[in-house]
Amino acid sequence: MTLTPVALESRPDGVPENTAAADFLATDLSAARALSTTATDADVDRALRASRRSVADLGALLSPAAAPRLEEMARLAHAASVRRFGRVVRLFAPLYLSNECVSTCTYCGFSAGNEIARRTLSPAEVVAEARTLTDRGFRHLLLVAGEHARIISKDYLVECVAALAATVPSVSLETQVWDTATYRRLVQAGCEGLVVYQEVYDRDTYAAVHLKGKKRNYDWRLAAPDRAAEAGMRSLALGALLGLDPDWRSDVIALAAHASALLRRWWRCEVAVSLPRMRPAAGDFEPERPVTDREYVQILCALRLALPDVGITLSTRESPAFRDAAFKLGVTQMSAGSHTEPGGYADPGAAEPQFEVSDTRSPAEVAAALRAAGYEPVWKDTIGARVSDAKTALLP
Amino acid sequence: MHDPLVIAGREFGSRLFLGTGKFPSNASLEAAIVASGTEMVTVALRRIDTTADEDILDAVDAERVLLLTNTSGADDAEEAIRLARLARSGGYPTWIKLEITPEPRYLLPDGVETLKAAEVLCREGFTVLPYVNADPVLCKRLEEVGCATVMPLGSWIGSNQGLRTKAALEIIIEQSLVPVVVDAGIGAPSQAAEAMEMGAGAVLVNTAIGTAGDPAAMADAFRMATIAGRQAYLAGLPGVGRAAAASSPLTGFLN
Repeated sequence: MTLTPVALESRPDGVPENTAAADFLATDLSAARALSTTATDADVDRALRASRRSVADLGALLSPAAAPRLEEMARLAHAASVRRFGRVVRLFAPLYLSNECVSTCTYCGFSAGNEIARRTLSPAEVVAEARTLTDRGFRHLLLVAGEHARIISKDYLVECVAALAATVPSVSLETQVWDTATYRRLVQAGCEGLVVYQEVYDRDTYAAVHLKGKKRNYDWRLAAPDRAAEAGMRSLALGALLGLDPDWRSDVIALAAHASALLRRWWRCEVAVSLPRMRPAAGDFEPERPVTDREYVQILCALRLALPDVGITLSTRESPAFRDAAFKLGVTQMSAGSHTEPGGYADPGAAEPQFEVSDTRSPAEVAAALRAAGYEPVWKDTIGARVSDAKTALLP
Repeated sequence: MHDPLVIAGREFGSRLFLGTGKFPSNASLEAAIVASGTEMVTVALRRIDTTADEDILDAVDAERVLLLTNTSGADDAEEAIRLARLARSGGYPTWIKLEITPEPRYLLPDGVETLKAAEVLCREGFTVLPYVNADPVLCKRLEEVGCATVMPLGSWIGSNQGLRTKAALEIIIEQSLVPVVVDAGIGAPSQAAEAMEMGAGAVLVNTAIGTAGDPAAMADAFRMATIAGRQAYLAGLPGVGRAAAASSPLTGFLN
């Protein structure tokens, strides 16, 4: 298939033209940001009644004025989710390849300089780890690694993806960001989707928490989903780490605007967002302004109402009680039974985790909780990577 | 009254086809299939996983209903063809619901790629039921390359908006030599009845049943509506007049 040919390669500053990143940077979010603090009851009413909501409506729905309307928002968000996605939640598992990292990021357990046990799985160990996960029911795996271009190299990642192609129907990737050519190699090896956390959209905050390493290049990271889409990735997921920006409303608006830009520019791709709240990790970063449960629910509802077709991920960073109640408000996929240390499924505790998980239930327990709530846990929902030679894992 | 629907030489007693997405559980899907009385159930290849403890196919009694695998998720002709061949090599029936929806938000079908894929799959011996926009010319082209039905949309998938494309559906039904299955957008039994009253061969329903409070009860309601609509069509609906018919003729004085 043909994708829009555009030149998306590296630039020291700025992002290439004709990208969602450029569209996003050109979007004026000031009105939405203003509304997110100053919206009136009338603004909230208008946003709730709208059949198609704007980014300004999102601002109103995130505002303090909308907080007393949370139950009404939740009912609308739930109804919109059921109609669009049904009573189903897709389950996936992160598979940590390596916790090596040369970047210094103040909030991350893998940050260079943290005195932790480091480990990188061999491709054979990755296959063994995946086997443990497929035995537990998973068919969607997300490969995660720190940033270390020598140890966690392009060739290594391509080898890992290719090694899983025969047994895992859906493989996605969350590592350091790469150029288009590397993403193309990964797609050819069987990679279906890319997850990129911008972490925080405010440039000053971004610079303040990313102290050393390639990750300091905000624009290169911002345009990574464009490069992945050009390379043929079928699904794109964006993320922000709630707690980095003290103004979480502003961060959520930016995340939604970036997702909207991707939807328009890369109209063939599925787009999803995740916005986990910070959890304890090595390095002991403390959010200046943690997001409360009520605020987090307001965020989930506002995003579902503003972006009715976008996937929303809810991770094991949240507690079982919170997940069991909040997933109905618009969540489309959840991780379960996650380990955030390399090798953690087959051999728990041999390396340092990226962060502590809060929902430690097994995948079967999470699935049972979904069923008890009248939802179908979906383990497989994929036709694999966008490559012409079919993966045998697709239809076992 | 014996009034079977015949597709590619096979008779179907029910004119209600069922999609299998969005159901809250396999058990509710199974109950809805039974209550609907359907004899044709479409399942996405992307959801099939016979190696899992519980598979969506567990809900489908292949003795009673025809399993119509679909190519949901395919971006273009090449992908759809690959999926159809995969289904055949997996031992599933060679009846394929051809869905090529490159745009994942509204899941609108790509007519160009659909025609390309239909041509190849018909030649390879598949029984092809293509999901398309309500485009009368495209439907004739698909019929010419050998499709067993055409499946134009009433409105966008999952939208429950009913027969927004009614004017085009009327032309398709008028011109088609193969059964016309109105697929997508049917959100209420009354809308299914409306399609059948227009002369559609069948309707395909998913979201309205799968996301109902009681899927089996809703499936039963659709079963009855489909039968009612079909019976009304066969009985010959009195036309809707544009002007009043005067009971005392205005030209009566001429006698």
